Amino acid sequence: MMLADWRDAPRAGGLAMAFRAMAYWLVRYRRTWRGTIVVSVANPILFLLAIGAGLGTLVEGPVEGASYLAFFAPGLLAAAALQNAFVEAGFVVNSALRRERIYSTAAATPLEPGHIFAGHLIFITLRLFLSAAAFVMAMALFGLIENIAIALAVTLAATLTGLAFATPLAAWAVTVADFPQLNTVFRFVVMPMYLFSGTFFSVTQLPAPLRAIAYALPLWHGVDLSRTLALGTATLGTSLLHIGYLTALCAIGAMIARITYRRCLHE
Amino acid sequence: MARLNPLILATGLEKTYPARDRKGAPFRAVAGVDFQVHRGEAFGFLGPNGAGKSSTMRMLGGVSAPTAGSLRILGLDPVADGRRVRARLGVVPQDDSLDTQLTVEENLVVYGLYFGLSRRAVKARAGELLEFARLEDKAGERVEHLSGGMRRRLTIARALINEPEILLLDEPTTGLDPQARHVLWDRLFRLKQDGVTLILTTHYMDEAEQLCDRLVVMDKGLIADEGSPRELIERHVTREVLELRFPPGENEEVARKVGDHVEVLPDRLLWYADDGEQALAQATEAGVRPLTALVRRASLEDVFLRLTGRSLTD
Ligand SMILES: Nc1ncnc2c1ncn2[C@@H]1O[C@H](COP(=O)(O)OP(=O)(O)OP(=O)(O)O)[C@@H](O)[C@H]1O
Ligand SMILES: [Mg+2]
Repeated sequence: MMLADWRDAPRAGGLAMAFRAMAYWLVRYRRTWRGTIVVSVANPILFLLAIGAGLGTLVEGPVEGASYLAFFAPGLLAAAALQNAFVEAGFVVNSALRRERIYSTAAATPLEPGHIFAGHLIFITLRLFLSAAAFVMAMALFGLIENIAIALAVTLAATLTGLAFATPLAAWAVTVADFPQLNTVFRFVVMPMYLFSGTFFSVTQLPAPLRAIAYALPLWHGVDLSRTLALGTATLGTSLLHIGYLTALCAIGAMIARITYRRCLHE
Repeated sequence: MARLNPLILATGLEKTYPARDRKGAPFRAVAGVDFQVHRGEAFGFLGPNGAGKSSTMRMLGGVSAPTAGSLRILGLDPVADGRRVRARLGVVPQDDSLDTQLTVEENLVVYGLYFGLSRRAVKARAGELLEFARLEDKAGERVEHLSGGMRRRLTIARALINEPEILLLDEPTTGLDPQARHVLWDRLFRLKQDGVTLILTTHYMDEAEQLCDRLVVMDKGLIADEGSPRELIERHVTREVLELRFPPGENEEVARKVGDHVEVLPDRLLWYADDGEQALAQATEAGVRPLTALVRRASLEDVFLRLTGRSLTD
């Protein structure tokens, strides 16, 4: 038999298995990547134009020591990462299990649920990174990025922010039986977080109790990390705190996802 | 030898699904079944909707853990050794789970990569399988644009990418036109000849008679009986069947009049008899006046109705 040698081959490691699962998403992405890159660059350019030329001129004086545009752009970048995470790890994950049955197809093969999760997460990370990189390029066009090191740091910060949401989101979305529930969470959890995490204004302007809540929100950590890196005001301690918080979310999400994926893919 | 070492051995196999929400109750879809499948056999599951066929198939496919009983596949435990078991299985699920956005070939390639085949091997294998499924000229076409029959053929081709030893087919020909079904049967026949063990579920009795060496009839999560199509016919039904039709609502009444060798279906009565004509004469004598009467040879369908029919009229 042609395949006998392959079948008897030593068992592939977890990462190799995850890459097999990821290959599917790459094949699918091959169809659409050009379009998504254009959108990822054009969208922030339009946004930054509107803010810089419009809203920004209405804001008096510098915010946290920067022009409103320079203050706002990295905040929007982090918020966009959250939004992308919701699409990729919320809607896409749910539909991969229920509607498109991508997961069940993969589950019939040697791939284990954990591999299927990891493969998809690697792809989501790639998507988050590319979107963030496109956004940072748009920022550079507006003179908001001083050098390549800052560009890279900010891109990674936004990717980590997205991932901190994507991991727990995927763990939850795979369990959701009715699609509209995702919209509800988007409207009542994601949107408020979007508004109160210092994307549009400095959280220091908030009254003390609200400020305490903002500091607890994961998006604020992403916003502040991206912003201080972009503005060159980052301090080691605070940055490490942000990174630690976001990484912890990734780790907890991954732990839960391993359980929920197994439960939902091997029912 | 083969008799001693079945390829698949299920004993007291059960599947209870947990309650969907707090108000619901757990549901036992498979309620303790025993069966064995030997290498090279074609083994069928027959049963009405909800009998637990797909639930059993998913356990066989190593993607659903039994909640009680034991299951060995290829000498392995499909839960603890799921990965190794699945590497040697081909699975055709009840609903096509093809990726409609990808092309026919991409669907095969991705699936082959899941099994760890190299890109080169998978391309070559995809070519062979497209030919096998008569889809050579559709390789670059998106699955969206395929007909139902083509999709089914592609799903079967995909299940063969890893040259499986066991092929699990959940209703392989449901929704296909007669020609497409015959093409599929021919393909399955060839696989069987190549030594692939076939396990299938079906609602088509002719399919079961054509393809299966042995089959079980399932009902409400249990096995009602097991045997070759011929054995089952001999065991459960007479040589001939008299089919009688009456105006709506009269079936039960007539049935009471003529005795317990009749099966009441929603639209007709089946009267089991070794001599159908004689039974008809008897019925006429008893004053039964059917709208239509038909005598035919007994088939697997009658076995099915005998073993599970009463649940249809519930
Ligand atoms: N994941 C699940 N959770 C809860 N109940 C389920 C689940 N899957 C199936 N069931 C229930 O188990 C029973 C058996 O379902 P199954 O799909 O095995 O039947 P089947 O014999 O394949 O029927 P059909 O001929 O209609 O395909 C049904 O009552 C079904 O509602
Ligand atoms: Mg079924």
